[in-house]
Amino acid sequence: MTEPTGLKSWLTTVDHKRIGKLYFWTAFCFFLVGGVEALLIRSQLAQPNGHLVDARTYNELFTMHGTTMIFLALMPLSVAFFNFIVPLQIGARDVAFPRLNAFSYWVFLLGGVFLNLSWFVGPLFHAGRLSVAPNGGWFGYANLTERQYSIGPNIDFWLLGLQILGVSSLAGGFNFIVTILNLRAPGMRMMRLPVFSWMTLVTSFLLITAFPVITVALVFLMFDRNFGTHFYQVSAGGDPVLWQHLFWLFGHPEVYILILPAMGVVSEVLPTFSGKPLFGYTVVVYSGILIAFMGWGVWSHHMFSVGLGPIADAVFSSTTMLIAIPTGVKIFNWIATLWGGQIRFDTPLLFAVGFIAMFIIGGLSGVTHASPPADLQQTDTYYVVAHIHYVLFGGTVLGLFAGMYYWWPKMTGRMLDETLGKVHFWLMLIGMNVAFFPMHFIGLLGMPRRVYTYSPDLGVSTLNLVSTVGAFVIGVAMLFFIWNVIRSRSAGKVAGDNPWHGATLEWATSSPPPVYNFAQIPTVHSRLPLWNEPESVAQKAPTGPIHVPGGSWWPMVAAVGLPLMATSLIAHALWLVFVGAAVVIFGIFKWGFEPFEV
Amino acid sequence: MHRPHRLFQRLLPGLLAALAACAGPFPQTTLAPKSDLGFAIDHLFTGIFGWAVAVFVVVEGLLLFALIRFRARPGAPPPKPTHGHTALEITWTLAPVLILVMVAVPTIRTIFATQAPAPAGALKVQVIGHQWWWEYRYPDLGVVTANELHLPVGRTVGLDLTSNDVIHSFWVPAIAAKRDVVPGHVNHIVFTPDTIGMYPGQCAEFCGDSHANMRLRVFVESDSAFNAWVADQKAPPVEPAPNSPAATGKSDFQHGACIACHTIQGVSAGVIGPNLTHLASRTTIAGATYPDDSLDLALWVNHAPQRKPGSVMMDMNLKPADLQAIVAYLMSLK
Repeated sequence: MTEPTGLKSWLTTVDHKRIGKLYFWTAFCFFLVGGVEALLIRSQLAQPNGHLVDARTYNELFTMHGTTMIFLALMPLSVAFFNFIVPLQIGARDVAFPRLNAFSYWVFLLGGVFLNLSWFVGPLFHAGRLSVAPNGGWFGYANLTERQYSIGPNIDFWLLGLQILGVSSLAGGFNFIVTILNLRAPGMRMMRLPVFSWMTLVTSFLLITAFPVITVALVFLMFDRNFGTHFYQVSAGGDPVLWQHLFWLFGHPEVYILILPAMGVVSEVLPTFSGKPLFGYTVVVYSGILIAFMGWGVWSHHMFSVGLGPIADAVFSSTTMLIAIPTGVKIFNWIATLWGGQIRFDTPLLFAVGFIAMFIIGGLSGVTHASPPADLQQTDTYYVVAHIHYVLFGGTVLGLFAGMYYWWPKMTGRMLDETLGKVHFWLMLIGMNVAFFPMHFIGLLGMPRRVYTYSPDLGVSTLNLVSTVGAFVIGVAMLFFIWNVIRSRSAGKVAGDNPWHGATLEWATSSPPPVYNFAQIPTVHSRLPLWNEPESVAQKAPTGPIHVPGGSWWPMVAAVGLPLMATSLIAHALWLVFVGAAVVIFGIFKWGFEPFEV
Repeated sequence: MHRPHRLFQRLLPGLLAALAACAGPFPQTTLAPKSDLGFAIDHLFTGIFGWAVAVFVVVEGLLLFALIRFRARPGAPPPKPTHGHTALEITWTLAPVLILVMVAVPTIRTIFATQAPAPAGALKVQVIGHQWWWEYRYPDLGVVTANELHLPVGRTVGLDLTSNDVIHSFWVPAIAAKRDVVPGHVNHIVFTPDTIGMYPGQCAEFCGDSHANMRLRVFVESDSAFNAWVADQKAPPVEPAPNSPAATGKSDFQHGACIACHTIQGVSAGVIGPNLTHLASRTTIAGATYPDDSLDLALWVNHAPQRKPGSVMMDMNLKPADLQAIVAYLMSLK
């Protein structure tokens, strides 16, 4: 069968590969938006008493930088790979619920657009300025985010945007759990599952368990701001510390939602490029599971300065240190995978090794603030900004770029250029260290985070300027990547089925894969089928017509209802919530009764 | 934990010297403690940082070695497909456990040591966070002031912290470390400053528009200097000489909007803004953001929202003569 083309085919697609690409491009655009916000932040801080932007705008920029990077860039970039790669890796024709998958994507897109519309709609709220973007930090601490202290619609955009995005994450989480548990190819036992798919499974469980917690926190905040409740209001007997517990009970598992997929990518790339199986597969998988479990018992290490008392501090300090152990074990197993191999230094490997090298730094600075007394000097300073960027940029972003270079040939059928890729890698590695390493000193020397200005008396002006230069080097590195991507469309080498000599099932089919993925679903007998049993997974001619689900408009229609409901609250138009709900219900109803074939 | 600790102590001065070469001095640094609390934290951090550096060197070293030693060479035999090694797995699980025990034991010891209640006889100070300034009350001395905290050297201090509005965080790196200032809660910091000097700090928890402008200063003084300061603060405000510009200013103050927010003992009783009874004894204004001089004070009175975004204090829009008089009065309040 031939693949349909044209705009309609993309708007109605339920093919996991197309949805993966939609996720990728949307998330990549948001990644660039978050990056521009970061460059504005760094430009403001390039010198003391900077006045590129005013305080209000700066607070919007850092709030939206964090919110965008976490919810609109890094999570959905991981999800792009879940979508494109996992069904191929497990030998399936699609995800378990293809139309729910499309729904997840449209909800994500609309949630992101809804959040970012706040940059331009100030005049509608008589705000006296163009922007009413969220300005309470990505962590939205109550009671600052209560109506009393944040009067405008800024925080409403934030909390409603996150509620919309939560729906997308939950739907995606359930979909991938069911897919991985039920749609594996014959012979693909759980302990033969590629590690990236394993980490997708673990991450999906974290998504469906962590998002309900922030949903509750956000509902409380929404009710406090709009319907007169007092969950976080001291004057009425509420407590703002409740928000912190709920937020970080979500927020710390969220950290692992962000890092585990990248760890999965690295666990795929290292074996391929060292020509050896992953060292300690079982241990790496169990460490991932253990990290996900232990991630639920450490949330108060974000709150060591709150004053929870010495016993709580001691307990959460101990659990936090414990979680360093499975993380360290993973790193040792990765190094052991390289050990004794024949390492090919192609771009995916460079990014994967960059991940390990940088993540070690982020992990170690993490141990220094696992100690509550030490953390009392570090929390809310640039030292922590350095830490999270070593983990989320040095870790997640480099890991995701490893995935992009690794799987790009599979996704598009074309190779990315190796020279441009290497320039991209080295600029990015140098840029991030120049940008983020000085932040350790900036913090230890006394500069708090989330300040739009600082005094020259602090003595950190030079270090800040250096950091800003590094941020722009990262920006230049991104231009090389974008150029590489554009160039590969016409000038990229044709990839072939398995350009890197990978061992897992996604390399058994053509690049890009046909709409049905595999002409015949392969039967696997080992963890590394393309190395151990290439003949048994080789593609054969289809035995008959292959059934794939047809396209549908209804997932997108249903998704449109959610931002309508959210707009209702911001516009104080109650009728709109009923319209939005009706659209969601009608969309789901139509999609439920739509004939499976189109 | 002695070996890496000592090693790091030898490295640290060099590292700091390198830093100092590019800028400095660093008045708000966390690395030069001037109290028992600051020292305990710094000691703990130095030890942990030593371990972190040691682990960094070993693990990054292994990684680099593997990358160089096992790079692909043309004609080499295919690598041995090793799948794992149980003894190795146990080793590299237990090694971090041992290191973390070395970190956890002093950590927990320091947690309990630094969170003990203030001893009897400690100097009590209530710290109240406001958007965006600090109020200090000395209940045993009957002194109320703002933004600049005065403490006697060598005497244990017990700070009781709470907030009047949103969550702030009181951070004075050299002597008091950091503790959140949470409405509805009273948090504590107990410490004994050991060196006379001025130590800057600032709010560390994002608290709205002017979070960056919520700064503070702590003056650690000799006993006699501190006692003299207390005596000055307890004295009634200076009465301006008749017919002086300051006297006009006082009259303007009494009949203007100022009294709604500010207290000057015996003159006005507002409680929304800082107590101004001895404003001129302070070195800064507006959350320790601007120097306390006539020029900055005049700019502040007439342009507070520009000087400090989000400021509750309005643009007073005074005519030049009135502004001069008010500033003269405020500057007379030693």
